[in-house]
Amino acid sequence: MKFVLLLVPCLLALWVPLYNSIPPVLFGIPFFFWFQLVLIPISALAIVAADRIGKG
Amino acid sequence: MFEHLNVVATAVFVFFFGLVSVLGFVAARWKAADLGHIHEWGLGGRRFGRWITWFLLGGDLYTAYTVIAIPAVVFAIGAYGFFAVPYTIIVYPLLYLWLPRLWAVSHRHGYMTAGDFVLGRYGHRGLELAVALTGVLATMPYIALQLVGLEKVISALGFSGQGIMAHAPITIAFAILALFTYRSGLRAPAMIAFVKDAMIYIFIIAAVVIIPYELGGFGAIFEAAGKAFDAKVAANPKLAAGLTLKSTQVAPYITLAVGSAMALFMYPHALTGALAASSGRAIRFNTMALPAYSFVLGLIALLGLMAIAAGVKVETPQDAVPQLMLWAFPDWFAGFCFAAIALGALVPAAVMSIGAANTFTRNIWKPFIHPQMSPQEESVLAKLASLAVKVGALAVIFFMPTQFALDLQLLGGVWMVQIFPAMILGLYTRRFSGWALLMGWAAGMIVGTSLSWTGRAWVPVHALKWDLPLVGSVDLGLGFGAYNGLTAVLVNLFLAAALSLVLRPHAVDETSPEDYEDRVLA
Repeated sequence: MKFVLLLVPCLLALWVPLYNSIPPVLFGIPFFFWFQLVLIPISALAIVAADRIGKG
Repeated sequence: MFEHLNVVATAVFVFFFGLVSVLGFVAARWKAADLGHIHEWGLGGRRFGRWITWFLLGGDLYTAYTVIAIPAVVFAIGAYGFFAVPYTIIVYPLLYLWLPRLWAVSHRHGYMTAGDFVLGRYGHRGLELAVALTGVLATMPYIALQLVGLEKVISALGFSGQGIMAHAPITIAFAILALFTYRSGLRAPAMIAFVKDAMIYIFIIAAVVIIPYELGGFGAIFEAAGKAFDAKVAANPKLAAGLTLKSTQVAPYITLAVGSAMALFMYPHALTGALAASSGRAIRFNTMALPAYSFVLGLIALLGLMAIAAGVKVETPQDAVPQLMLWAFPDWFAGFCFAAIALGALVPAAVMSIGAANTFTRNIWKPFIHPQMSPQEESVLAKLASLAVKVGALAVIFFMPTQFALDLQLLGGVWMVQIFPAMILGLYTRRFSGWALLMGWAAGMIVGTSLSWTGRAWVPVHALKWDLPLVGSVDLGLGFGAYNGLTAVLVNLFLAAALSLVLRPHAVDETSPEDYEDRVLA
């Protein structure tokens, strides 16, 4: 589970065709840009979660 | 020379620069210890807690050159420059797994550099030397590029000199940097990093609030940038530019992100910052907290698009950010932003020179020239080496075209990732032998370098088809290009794995499996 949590954000970040588009636009920002920006805090939270599990 | 000088901006700039110079010297007394010992000078005595490490690594990895160069690429061709974002997304989950192990074994055995670890693990002097040379070679142009970042903001202040005088401001800035690094060691950049990072956060928050407001919102910015790219492509159909990636850019985008992530913590300055942490816990905390800087980096990248929308006029794309600051902000705040960028050059330049100096002293000079060195003698030599590295970087900027430093930096990344197999595999297994890893490294260096040369210019990406001597033309038929660092390190890995079957590892391994365990976690 720990490894899945660490792996998922990496796969999302590298799966470029998934987010290589303009729509859906959010606050005027194309998907390509806001998706990657949003993924940064998500990846950090995934590491936090993996860390909690590792200690459990 | 001073007639176009922006006096207000320059005054603010000089004030902050002076402030941190004082801090750099005062830092020698911080967590006071004998700076004549290399562990104290070169690694801050390994006493930096989680927050100091956060500021230090943040200041160290997200450099002035990044603040200038990433938005410059976005300014020039759009989406492709955003590769730094997936790169910094994938790096931290990986570091969460690797870095605590490397910290633990280094703490137990007193390793300060990648070369130290490789020697302890594989007992192979040749591999140690290869790892050390790669680190020093890749770091030198990186320091030179920090100077380019510094020069960009100084010229934006309106300073224009001829001949020798043209370089006077960065020479002064670098002399100050050299002196306080010499005196205070790693404590200096650690202390300055607090100021620098705080300034960068203020600068970027102000920029992403105020500039979109002035330009009529993000929608207007992206619309203007999209139109500008369409016009560029219409004028030059071969150019791949736009708000999304062209199909030919997708594979380079992915492989560049992966290869850069693999290379990041092979660099001496990254390792120096990480090994100075006081605990494995501090390291793990930072893999969760450093993404905050990645987010800022993403916002900084967007400055490139804002510069297009603002219609700033530039000679090279690298002027986009400084010119945008002058366009958007009152002079005093532009001066503040420039100071933030300039300090963003000093922190990494200091850590890089310390990392390179530690490496040169412990893994090149000591084993091959003077094996009986005491830690005090090591410290003296490392201090001198840190000066030499900075003079070298200045000389590159003075006497070589900037393109030379850019090319070397590009190659530096391709080279740096070639020590990845020895380092990261070494954290988990001893099945690979020193000789096999050395051969793999050599192959990776040759393959990576030759792929990067097109006959006219150095480029980071090569199509996956090659004209090989003896073999002829080989085409994987994938129809896309890949980052040369990644292609080369795969060759490196396969060769090292294959040769390890023949060249069995017999040398002494001074580490044991429990040395790698993070005790707090267990």
